[in-house]
Amino acid sequence: MRWLPALRAIVAREGLRFIHQRERFISALVRPLVWLLVFAAGFRAALGLSITPPYQTYITYETYIVPGLCGMVLLFNGMQSSLSLVYDREMGSMRLLLTSPLPRWWLLTCKLLGSTVISICQVYAFLAIAALFGITVAPLGYLTVLPALLIAGLMLGALGLALSSFIKQLENFAGVMNFVIFPMFFLSSALYPLWKMAESSELLHDICAANRFTHAVELIRFALYSEINLPALGWTFLATAVFGAAALWGYDPARGLIRKRS
Amino acid sequence: MLRPSLLALTLGLTGPAFADEIWISNEKDDTLSVIDIETLEVVRTIDVGERPRGITFSKDYSVLYVCASDSDTVQVIDPDTGKVLHELPSGEDPEQFVLHPDNRHLYIANEDDAITTVVDTESRTVVAQIDVGIEPEGMAVSPDGKIAITTSETTNMAHWIDTEKQELFANTLVDSRPRHAEFVKDGTELWVSAEIGGTISVFDVETQTEQAKIDFEVDGVHPDRVQPVGFELTAGDTHAFVALGPSNHVAVVNAETYEVEDYILVGRRVWHMDFNADRSLLFTTNGVSGDVTVIDVAARKALKTIKVGRFPWGAAFRPTN
Repeated sequence: MRWLPALRAIVAREGLRFIHQRERFISALVRPLVWLLVFAAGFRAALGLSITPPYQTYITYETYIVPGLCGMVLLFNGMQSSLSLVYDREMGSMRLLLTSPLPRWWLLTCKLLGSTVISICQVYAFLAIAALFGITVAPLGYLTVLPALLIAGLMLGALGLALSSFIKQLENFAGVMNFVIFPMFFLSSALYPLWKMAESSELLHDICAANRFTHAVELIRFALYSEINLPALGWTFLATAVFGAAALWGYDPARGLIRKRS
Repeated sequence: MLRPSLLALTLGLTGPAFADEIWISNEKDDTLSVIDIETLEVVRTIDVGERPRGITFSKDYSVLYVCASDSDTVQVIDPDTGKVLHELPSGEDPEQFVLHPDNRHLYIANEDDAITTVVDTESRTVVAQIDVGIEPEGMAVSPDGKIAITTSETTNMAHWIDTEKQELFANTLVDSRPRHAEFVKDGTELWVSAEIGGTISVFDVETQTEQAKIDFEVDGVHPDRVQPVGFELTAGDTHAFVALGPSNHVAVVNAETYEVEDYILVGRRVWHMDFNADRSLLFTTNGVSGDVTVIDVAARKALKTIKVGRFPWGAAFRPTN
């Protein structure tokens, strides 16, 4: 069976690439930490935010945005891996990978798992640093959040994969930043609770509520407190399936966009 | 997850039918909310007189006394039925009171009249009225019952009352708008919180002189909003938990060093508080947000916030086992 060696090799390659790019690791940590320690401090609601599930009592703003920043790490890393796929394609290593005798869906799944494992490591590093600054959850929460991070990471990674099949050149990645990452992040419950959005605009609230990234963040938020948010779980699974299917279609040489470019 | 009581029931263990309770006075709803300490839910709401504020149980927990401020009376309530048994003459606008260790005399602060009224709860008569400063509020009695304290909000004083003669024997200045007083460490110290002054003054009871002052500072909150009001001491009087009003925080003060060790986020305008039986849980009344926050005393963390009536003011523990 050559499937498992392929999985090991692709995940190990992702890991190696990540380790060799120390700047990437540091920037992946600095980004959410800047939000947590600078942005949140500036907008600090020292007087507490209203109580919404899964919280049982009043919380500080720093506590509120931690799940959103975990989502931010997953989102940026998912997109970063799509960037690396475009780079691979330009450099030719993609062709090498895709000419493997193993099914293409398996190769893409391995790639997805590899990038998700890296993302999760980054999230835990971020949570550890947040804990050093006194922003913690119950010890069990660090364990129960793992499945949520995996599902959310797969969803955002699958989105990155699907997008990478549409991006023709590395230079076009700026478009992904402007039209995918920023709207997904800012139009979600990562920074503000949905009820707060509804106070300013119902339309804004509806957009945020429909955003799949909101569901990923809420899934992580509840899991950090050892609770399951079933609607968020369902939507995240569905979105993973849709994005995964889009990626498969995009990378199918017979039908996808790859064909048009080759 | 099975709750302990449910588990006991499932295993066929017979035990007491009710859990201990925390009683809350809701100033704007004219009600009391009764919180079951095990489920941390409101299990009863009881109608009382107008603007209930100070509440306290008799030493044997057989009756509850409630200052119904706008009804100008102290109501005596049967905690089992929730019925008002009778009313006591309290003087005008009773705000806070304290029950003497003899379990018979109530010392009541009459905010509008600048007097402290002493009521005999058995004969239901006023036995003394003592002139104090303007807008009396905080009340305390020493553990040996010999000294009663009234603090006056506008005069900014703690008035020391000899309970045998029912007259003042000392007055000490404190910071602006004193709200609450407690005898601590077996009655050797008197602590008085000052809402506007933002401090707690610690007095040596024997000499009535100030021996320490505790200041508070909450990160990210304007000093004007840091207003100490009610406070309670943990088992052994090692630490004090101090409600800091509109700062929405409770401070944890080391009672030996008088240093603040921690601040805990609770609901809006935290006012008074009480502990459960073993002092492992603390219940704070949050006036503006209309809820009660439950604090894990050992972990110094807020566990849960429970919705009660409008403007919860006082809290009193009642064991039912």
